[in-house]
Amino acid sequence: MSEPAVGTVETKLTKKDFETDQEVRWCPGCGDYSVLANVQRVLPEFGIPRERFVFVSGIGCSSRFPYYMNTYGFHTIHGRAPAFATGIKLARPELSVWIVTGDGDGLSIGGNHLLHVIRRNVDVQILLFNNRIYGLTKGQYSPTSQLGMKNKSMPMGVIDYPLDPVAFALGAGATFVARTVDVDSAGLQDVLRRAHAHPGAAFVEILQNCPVYNDGVWEAIEDRRTRVEAGLPLIHGEPLVFGAKGRRRGIRIEHGTPRLIALADEDDPVAAGVTVHDERHESPAYAMALATLAPPDFPIPTGVFRAAERPSYERLLDEQVTTAVRERGPGTLEGLLHSGDTWSVE
Amino acid sequence: MNKAQASADRASKTQHPQNPNERKPHERLERVAIRFAGDSGDGMQLTGTKFTESTALAGNDLSTLPDFPAEIRAPAGTLAGVSGFQIHFSSTDVRTPADQPDVLVAMNPAALRANLADVRLGGMLVLNADAFTEKNLERAGYREDPLPDVRERYRVVEIPLTKLTIAAVADLGLSQREATRSKNFFALGLMYWLYGRPVESTLRWIASRFPDDVGEANRRVLMAGYHFGETSELFPVSFEVPPAKIEPGVYRNITGNTALAWGAVAASTQMGRPLFVGAYPITPASEILHELAKHRNFGIKTFQAEDEIAAAAAAIGAAFAGHLALTVTSGPGFLLKQEALNLAVVAELPLVLVDVQRAGPSTGLPTKTEQADLLMALYGRSSDSPMPVLAPATPGECFSIMLEAFRLAVKYMTPVVVLSDGYLANSAEPWRIPDTAALPRSVVSYHTEPAGFAPYHRAAETLARPWAIPGTPGLEHRIGGLEKQDGSGNVSYLPDNHQRMTDLRHQKVAGMARDIPPLELRGAASGRLLVVGWGGTHGAIATAVDETRADGGEVAHLHLRHLNPLPSDLGDVLGRFERVLVPELNTGQLVRVLRDRYLVDAQSLTKVQGQPFRIAELRSAIARLLED
Repeated sequence: MSEPAVGTVETKLTKKDFETDQEVRWCPGCGDYSVLANVQRVLPEFGIPRERFVFVSGIGCSSRFPYYMNTYGFHTIHGRAPAFATGIKLARPELSVWIVTGDGDGLSIGGNHLLHVIRRNVDVQILLFNNRIYGLTKGQYSPTSQLGMKNKSMPMGVIDYPLDPVAFALGAGATFVARTVDVDSAGLQDVLRRAHAHPGAAFVEILQNCPVYNDGVWEAIEDRRTRVEAGLPLIHGEPLVFGAKGRRRGIRIEHGTPRLIALADEDDPVAAGVTVHDERHESPAYAMALATLAPPDFPIPTGVFRAAERPSYERLLDEQVTTAVRERGPGTLEGLLHSGDTWSVE
Repeated sequence: MNKAQASADRASKTQHPQNPNERKPHERLERVAIRFAGDSGDGMQLTGTKFTESTALAGNDLSTLPDFPAEIRAPAGTLAGVSGFQIHFSSTDVRTPADQPDVLVAMNPAALRANLADVRLGGMLVLNADAFTEKNLERAGYREDPLPDVRERYRVVEIPLTKLTIAAVADLGLSQREATRSKNFFALGLMYWLYGRPVESTLRWIASRFPDDVGEANRRVLMAGYHFGETSELFPVSFEVPPAKIEPGVYRNITGNTALAWGAVAASTQMGRPLFVGAYPITPASEILHELAKHRNFGIKTFQAEDEIAAAAAAIGAAFAGHLALTVTSGPGFLLKQEALNLAVVAELPLVLVDVQRAGPSTGLPTKTEQADLLMALYGRSSDSPMPVLAPATPGECFSIMLEAFRLAVKYMTPVVVLSDGYLANSAEPWRIPDTAALPRSVVSYHTEPAGFAPYHRAAETLARPWAIPGTPGLEHRIGGLEKQDGSGNVSYLPDNHQRMTDLRHQKVAGMARDIPPLELRGAASGRLLVVGWGGTHGAIATAVDETRADGGEVAHLHLRHLNPLPSDLGDVLGRFERVLVPELNTGQLVRVLRDRYLVDAQSLTKVQGQPFRIAELRSAIARLLED
C-alpha cells in the first residue's frame, strides 16, 4: 500500500464526502466527468482520512480536477505539477499525493518533470488524461495527436510524430504503468486501486474523449459494442487474447516484436503460442513491446502493463535522514556554528 | 580543531619552528594585501583559503576575494586559466580585500601578466622562476621577457619553486608530475614565514586530508617553503601584523555562501520546523546546496531537482505541506523560477529564494560578481506581483538575513527574495559566532481550527492568510494560480474581487515596512552628501566614506538591507542631504527605484566589470560631488 497503516477512518467515507460545492465546469459530454466520478467512488475504499489526500495539477482542462475534489488540492502552473507534488510528498510522505495532468500539460511543457518524477519513483499517482488535443486553449494539436490530423494550429495536418504516453513512462523507468478508458468505470476503478496500492510512482494513461475539439478519437475502444475488438485487456497470468467469439485472436511477443495469432474458439491460446501477460516481467522491454500495439493492425491494450518493486524516493530520503541522525545525533545549531576552526578573542 | 589548539596556535604565531638563534629581524606592519595567482590547476584557491584560516588564527581582521575562471581547467599557462585569491589582513578594521595587493605570488608568466597592473607600485612580486620559460612567456602573450622592466618598478623575488619542490620530496618516489603538484604548498609555507603565520592548523589539515605519501609530500614542501624564507638571503626581514583589536567572543571564518546555508539551518532550529531545499546546480550558488546537503541530521531534506523551475516548484510544494522552504540559485535560474514565484505570490505561501547574483546577461561571467538582478527581483514577474526583497551587506550578515527572511516569509505568508552576490558568496571574513541561546526562538504554528476556517481569511494586522497544511482534519481546501475570492479562496472572475485581491497583495507587502528598524547612518544624520548602497558593496563604500570623513569630507553612508518594501523613514533621510550618490555594480538599478519613489535627484556611480568597487573609485566619485 502506498500508505502506511495509519489510514483507518472512524466513519466510513462515501463518494459524497469527496465532492466539493464548486460547480463542475467541463463541457457537457467531456470524459473528465466520468474520471472524476470514479475517483470519488474509489477513494473511500482506501480507508484513508480525507485530509491525507492531496490532488495536484498543472494547467489544462484536466487540471481543474482538484477544485472538484473535497481534499487538499493545488492547481499549479503549466506542466510543473510533478515538481510541486514531489515537494509535497518528500515533505510529508504520509500523504496520498495524486497528480492530474493531460497530454499537453504532462508530455509537452511538462515532459521533463513527468520524466523525472517517474524516474525517481516518488510514491505518487499520476493520472494523465489523453485526449490528443489542447482543449482549454481551443483546439491546437498535442504531442499525442495523430500524424496528419487537421487542427487550428496545423490546418494542413500534423507533421510531427506522436508520443505514446505508456512508452514514455516505460522509457523513464516507471515501476507502474497502466492504461484505461474514461467511460470504462470498472476498468478505471480497478486501475486506480492498483495505482494507489503501488509503492512508487504509478503512471496511468486515461484515454479520454474531448467532445468539442477531438470528438470520437477513442471511439472504437469507448464504445461497448466495438471495445471487444478494439481493446486488449491485460490480465496478469492470462494470455493476451481479444476479440468476440468466432473472431478470437491472440498476440505473441517474440524478440520484442508482436504478431497476431488467429484462434479457433476451442484453441488453448497458450498452446497456440500466445504470450501470457506478466506485469512483473524482469525486463521493461516486454511492456515496451505491448506499448507498440496500436490500431489499425493491433488492438489497444488496457490494464496494467508493468508493476515492478523498487524503493521509492521519499523512503530513501527519509532513510538518509534517519541514518544521519543515528550516526551523528540530532544536529544542534551550537555544534554547527562551532564546527571546524574557531578562536577566542578576550 | 578545539579551542585550546586554536589559542595554542595564536600563542605560537611568532615562534618560528627552527633555528631560533638565526631568526631574522621582524618588521611590524599594520596591514598587508597578498594575491596568490596561478593556473586554475595550481591550487591557488586552496592556498588562499589555507592562508586565510591561518591568518584568522593569528588574530587579524581580514577580507578575501577569490577570483577564478568559469572553466575548470583552461589551457595551462594562458591568461584565460589564471585563478587568483586575494587576502587583506590587518591589525585594525578591514572591510575590503584592498584595491591593490602589496604582494603578488605568481606561479607563471600568465599569472604575472593578468595581475601585475593591480599590484601597488614598488610592491613585492614572488615569482616561480622555473615557470618563466620562453614557451610559457609566449603562452601568456609576452613578446619579450617582461622581467627586466618589472624589476625596475617592483621588488621581484625569483625563486625556483618547482625545482625546490621536487628536491624536497626527492626520496618519496613520486613521479615528477606528482611531485610538482605540491608547489603551491611551497609558496604557502614561504608566505607563512614571511608574515609570521602559524603553520600548525595547515599541517593538521594536510594530515587529515591527504593519503600518506601525498600528505607527506605536501607537509615537506610546506615546511621547505617556510624554512626557505628563514634561510634564503632573498628575504632580509620577516613581517609581523599584530592581532586586531576586535570585539571579544568566539570567532570563525565564514563566507557568504556558508553563512546563507547556516542561516537557513538556524531558521529551522529557531522556528522549530524542518527545512526543505529545492535547488539546481548553478555557479556561484551551488555551495549553499552542498553545505545544506551535509546536514541531514538536522532533518534537512535537500532535493536536487531536474531544473531550476522544478527546484522552485518542489520548494513551494514543501511549503504547502508545512516545511520551511528554500530555493537557491543565481540570475539565470532566478529568471526561470519567476513563474513559480508568481504562483507563490498568489497562493501566498512562505518561501525563501536566494539569488547569488553573477555578471550577465545570459550566461555572462558565471564566476564574477554583479548586482544587476534587483529590478528582476522587484519587477520581473508577469502582472502585479509584489515580493519582499532583502540584501545582506557582508558575508557574516548573510546568516542573520536568512533568519529574517524566513521569519518574514512565515509571518506574512509570502515568498521572500534574498539578493546575495558572487563577491559575498566566496569572500571570507572573521565572524563572531552568535550566542545561539540569545537568538530569537519562536516555534511556527499551523492553523488547525476548522471553525470559521477560510483559506484566504486574513490576519488583521499582517494581512497574512492562515498556513493550513495537508493532513489537518477539517481544513481541506484548494489553492492555485487562478484568482481567488477574497476570504473563501474559491476561484473568482469578478472584476471587483480582482481589484481587491491585487490591492491586498500590495498592501500586505507594503505593510512589512513596519518590521524594518529605523535606518542607521555612518556619519552625520544630515548634510552635504549621502552615499546609498545595498548588498556586497558595503565594505568598499564604508571604507571610502570613513576615509573621506577622516580627511574632513562631509559625507554619510546609508546601506539598505530592505529593498522591498523600502524602510518607511528612507524618504526623510534622503531629504536631509543636499546630494545623494548611489554606487552599484550594475548600470543603475537602485538609483531608478529611489528616483521613482522619492523624486530625489540621486546620482549614479556604476561599474560592471565583474569586480567589486575599488575604494579609490568611490573616493573620487565622492570627492567630485563634494567639490561641485
